[in-house]
Amino acid sequence: MISRLKPFVFLLCLMPFGQLAYNAYIGDLGVNPIDFITRFTGSWTLIFLIGTLAVTPARRLTGWNDLIKLRRMLGLFAFAYASMHFATYLVLDHFFDWQAIGKDIVKRPYVTAGFTAFVIMVPLALTSTAGMIRRLGKRWQKLHRLIYVAALAGVIHFYWLVKADIRRPAQYGFFLAVLLFYRIALSWRSSISKSTAKPVGRPTQKIVPGKSLHLFSPPRAGQDE
Amino acid sequence: MSQARYEAVERVFKMLIKKPADIKPSEITPKELYLNRREFIVSTAAATLSAGAAIWGLDTMRPAARAYAAEKLPNVKKTSYSTDEKQNSFKDITTYNNFYELGVDKGDPAENAKYLTTRPWTVSIEGEVKKPKTFDIDALTKLSPLEERVYRLRCVEAWSMVIPWIGFPLSALIKEAEPTGNAKFVEFVTLLDPKRMPGQKPGIFGNVLDWPYTEGLRMDEAMHPLTILSVGLYGEILPAQNGAPIRLVVPWKYGFKSIKSIVKMRFVQSQPKTAWNTMQPQEYGFYSNVNPEVDHPRWSQATERRIGEFLRRKTLMFNGYGEQVASLYKGMDLKKYY
Repeated sequence: MISRLKPFVFLLCLMPFGQLAYNAYIGDLGVNPIDFITRFTGSWTLIFLIGTLAVTPARRLTGWNDLIKLRRMLGLFAFAYASMHFATYLVLDHFFDWQAIGKDIVKRPYVTAGFTAFVIMVPLALTSTAGMIRRLGKRWQKLHRLIYVAALAGVIHFYWLVKADIRRPAQYGFFLAVLLFYRIALSWRSSISKSTAKPVGRPTQKIVPGKSLHLFSPPRAGQDE
Repeated sequence: MSQARYEAVERVFKMLIKKPADIKPSEITPKELYLNRREFIVSTAAATLSAGAAIWGLDTMRPAARAYAAEKLPNVKKTSYSTDEKQNSFKDITTYNNFYELGVDKGDPAENAKYLTTRPWTVSIEGEVKKPKTFDIDALTKLSPLEERVYRLRCVEAWSMVIPWIGFPLSALIKEAEPTGNAKFVEFVTLLDPKRMPGQKPGIFGNVLDWPYTEGLRMDEAMHPLTILSVGLYGEILPAQNGAPIRLVVPWKYGFKSIKSIVKMRFVQSQPKTAWNTMQPQEYGFYSNVNPEVDHPRWSQATERRIGEFLRRKTLMFNGYGEQVASLYKGMDLKKYY
């Protein structure tokens, strides 16, 4: 099922890029094309980051465990859009004016935050292969929790650059906060259940569709991150 | 590379670096045509993709544009105050606007222009003047001969345009009003009417700015020959998204000082409150003169992107009007009075 869905989701993830390319081709990127490309790729980076983070809660809500198989792809699309965003800044906005770029990164908190988010995403993308997951073992999970930091830095980056209208950064902030809260509640629940009853190992109950209680059940070893 | 592919790449590149000012206004795609093309693109793109994006409120997903019918302004004289730099196209000037009363995205004002009806319209002159008066807009437009003023406009967001405004010196109106000796500043107020200015309706986080928008100038700035009240551009009456029916243009200051859709001017003794300064005092000063050496706390003001150009250009002190206006600020610490 999911393997048949995957190519379709892949194409879906490519659609924003397709729209951008099409608009560029017909010469319709608005009056300030560079600004438009920057905002467009930045927004989609945040959407994909949040989408990636939403996979696990969605799995638990629906009991559809195979969703996990889409997570790497979503994460890599987040990185792809982030790379386009960064490349736009580097090439189109500043045209390799390294001095101005360096100054920007050091002096402008919103650039610092955005750059931080991008730098964090690089090792995550590099270690996304099956081989690296195997090689890093438990450390892989720890490393990849950095995606929360990247998403947070991304939202702050957006929030710090708007002049007055904070609605859009606030939207992303809201979704990220929900996902973070979910994650915190989850680890809190799991530490309680560990310290009380079960003496050995983690509960190995199966996720059953329709049992919403499992929203906060602790992750099963080896399955979840 | 095949010819077709080469042309495609070239087209993308040209689009990125095109200078709209290369195109004479008369050669621009007829408005109805680009409107049709736009609507086609918007509807197809929107239908296929933006359904999801709409949930996120991502209006930045598509550039917006809308055309309208405009009236020609007769007998406009040319002046030596104009720059001979390449002018931005009518489309640039009328579809890329910061006018939060008509929406916060650059394309919103053009889309919401239809709400801003500009007749009837009056402008009241109040405060420290010997002849307070409420002008009907059509009478005000005839107060002084109309002139074309091709000015650079530098936005605080580090982009710029060259715009052929039509208007008359603010000083003509001030002389008519005869300010008293107590008049040290002029306060300007924009229309407050959420029906005609949908952006004034409070959103989920309240108002973006304290409505109505207010601005202010020192008396000598207001009397300066470069300072104009604009009622048109490109030979036509001012489009709503550009601040119809009458707006201020102060070319050596950041764009937000040039208040739009004015309904009131009040002559006052002390420095008036201004919209952006009230909202974020450490970021937007009362003076807000274009100054490449004083950065916005969050971004650099050293360079700017002229709309239609690829490479950034250096921002000029007082937006290049230093020769005419630097004397107004002699002895002032411009880092302190930003």
